[in-house]
Amino acid sequence: MLYREAGQFKTSYSADQAMLTITLDRWFVFGLTAFAIIGVPLLASEYIIGSILVPVLILSIAALGLNILTGYCGQLSLGTGAFMAAGAYLAYKIATNITWMPIWLVIPLAGLCAAAIGIAFGLPSLRIKGFYLAVATLAAQFFLLWLFVKVPWFVNNSISGVPPAPPRSIFGIQVTGAAAGNEAKYLFVLAFVIVLAWIARNMARSRIGRSWMAIRDMDIAAELVGIRPLPTKLSAFAISSFYCGVAGALWALCYINSVEPTAFDINRSFQVLFMIIVGGLGSVLGSFLGAAFIFLLPIVLNSAPGWFGYSIASDTITHIEFMLFGVLIIFFLIVEPHGLARLWQIAKEKLRLWPFPY
Amino acid sequence: MFTKKLVTAGVAAAIAAGAVGVVQAEEGQFIPALTYRTGPYAPGGIPTANGFTDYFRLVNERDGGVNGVKFIVEECEYGYETDRGVECYDRLKDKHGGATVISPYSTGTTYALIDKATADKIPILSMGYGRTSAADGRVFPYIFNFPATYWSQATAVVQYIANEMGGLEALKGQRFAFIYLDHPYGKEPIPTLDILAERFGFTYDKYPVPFATGTEQKSIWLQIRRTKPAYVIMWGWGVMNATAVKEAANIKFDMSKFIGNWWSASEQDVLPAGDGAIGYKGATFNGSGTDYKIFEDIMGVSGLSDDGDRGTVLYNRGMVNAAYIVEAVRLAQEKYGKGKRVTGEQVRWAFENLDLSAEDIEGLGLTGLMPPTKVTCLNHEGTSPAILIQQWNGKTWEIITDWIPAMTDVVRPLIEQDAAQYAQENNITPRTCS
Repeated sequence: MLYREAGQFKTSYSADQAMLTITLDRWFVFGLTAFAIIGVPLLASEYIIGSILVPVLILSIAALGLNILTGYCGQLSLGTGAFMAAGAYLAYKIATNITWMPIWLVIPLAGLCAAAIGIAFGLPSLRIKGFYLAVATLAAQFFLLWLFVKVPWFVNNSISGVPPAPPRSIFGIQVTGAAAGNEAKYLFVLAFVIVLAWIARNMARSRIGRSWMAIRDMDIAAELVGIRPLPTKLSAFAISSFYCGVAGALWALCYINSVEPTAFDINRSFQVLFMIIVGGLGSVLGSFLGAAFIFLLPIVLNSAPGWFGYSIASDTITHIEFMLFGVLIIFFLIVEPHGLARLWQIAKEKLRLWPFPY
Repeated sequence: MFTKKLVTAGVAAAIAAGAVGVVQAEEGQFIPALTYRTGPYAPGGIPTANGFTDYFRLVNERDGGVNGVKFIVEECEYGYETDRGVECYDRLKDKHGGATVISPYSTGTTYALIDKATADKIPILSMGYGRTSAADGRVFPYIFNFPATYWSQATAVVQYIANEMGGLEALKGQRFAFIYLDHPYGKEPIPTLDILAERFGFTYDKYPVPFATGTEQKSIWLQIRRTKPAYVIMWGWGVMNATAVKEAANIKFDMSKFIGNWWSASEQDVLPAGDGAIGYKGATFNGSGTDYKIFEDIMGVSGLSDDGDRGTVLYNRGMVNAAYIVEAVRLAQEKYGKGKRVTGEQVRWAFENLDLSAEDIEGLGLTGLMPPTKVTCLNHEGTSPAILIQQWNGKTWEIITDWIPAMTDVVRPLIEQDAAQYAQENNITPRTCS
């Protein structure tokens, strides 16, 4: 088969340290990215782009963020929704108050604000671990959402409290707000996804990622070999919250088109947590697979009877959807506890050895 | 082997079950129904969805649609979750030749769809919920919230209290309590109440109930027992309502001084409190019960919902919502061609020119169920917003007042102010309505 390393020699250190060392892998990732940028906007329907791909990509960013914190650094967090809300509300605040600032700068800036909040709520992580830390981040979830609803300053004293996404453009093409085209929004979100995923992948295999993993695997041992726990844990909290903040900002501005507190409630935190558990803890690919699986499965299950021309009462479909969804999650956790990313990895290993499996 | 058999049997069963109900592609007026028959808000979602879909079924069977154009109703279940609601909207909007009108039955989803639907030229009928300032038709051409907005409702409730106490002057120095869901929906009437408090010289205490835990209200009711407000007004939804009614009964609060808004006063809100709920009042714009002419027609119709909720407040409200849509479609056909499918854009025109008089409603057999409504380009909440007050007598909701008009002189400037802010933030040039 084509997929093997035999014969691929590396003659320099940089080649040896490349992100994707196997030629076929590299071509596959480049091809997929190119297809996502060029092919998808040309081929896919409005519904697929606007209602499927945009939310899945945004949730992938959130899952990447939580994976950095929980998957790589081992700090369990239930505050994902709150950090997303921080990104969303602050992106709205920045975009409406500093109107000259380009939107591609507003969103990372909102992410930085979320990162600062993340650091504040990450401070207890030095002292408390596991479930107790989860409870501390749960406090962030409730406190931050309460704060954003309580203080009208965050929504420019809007009477309704649910301001619409401000319309902003790049190169004259509107990318946020409801009037923006789905393709424009998709490409805008995709740009963030590509950059953030690339950074995450590189962080994971560099010094900082390795120190996270050391803390995750055994914090006392990590401390003994010279990794300082506080900066390591806080950097994980900061970067994770940055990712979540960017995801939240994009969710509000490019997907639901309004800054709304219920979009970031505790269920969102659990949803993202399930994404990384099903997708694969400590894996960039897993974040994408998990986001697609958790977000799309209910929609696929819900629309499937319609595709085959059956009409079933909508509540029955939803009840079936709940049951199948639960069953499939349990099935995957039993068959592959390390997540969908591990399945992909096994498939690749089998391909490398093909046709001589052992 | 066993697995294989099981799968085969499952597939066979699925095909057998499905074969009965294969969807037939047909021409007609498409109404997407965004419903929530599952999840925490299902108790409110089921009767509303049933009333909504049953009315279209009735019109299709009894009259053969509107001038021969039948309605196609397709449900999409979204569980009151905003993002699923948006997905449902996207999934349905282009089906069967395009959606006519959307009624999301959720303030959050309405907010998320306002700009989207405007861009797609599909009108939203958020009947008595959603964005209050959408009543300014110059800024929100596609959004309608007749027969009355939350702000109008708040002023009418205060008017009712004044009537009970003996005139608006009697409000001076009174103390009220406002208990609300801590959510954009619950906070909507606060600016209006603030203005009313200032104008009429009363004070009121605010008691927010957290969105996540609607059932923890002990401390709130303890405070209410201590401060003894003259009236308690409630803006609640879901499980919060039933809890509040129960807690009020527990502290032996005079239930006739406890008034809910029209999403806080239906059967499922009072039944859990048993006899303690007797006397609880609520605002409404539609009658309950089945003593209306329309229910004689509906008896013979096949394929209706059978959840046993016919005649409840929310079932009837769902019917009223559907009736508004049917009449708008009829009006649009009169202008754009009888017996032809009308587009969302044409129905938008019809909503804006809707003028249902008492005689029209009599002709529909809906007298007592829906208020006479006149909508204009300028005013999307209708020109005479008003409410009824109903009281729970232990078995049914009884309407105890005549129509109480809202104080439009208070509400309208607020609406225009909020709409202007929206227009400015979104670079919308308001159209002129003359």
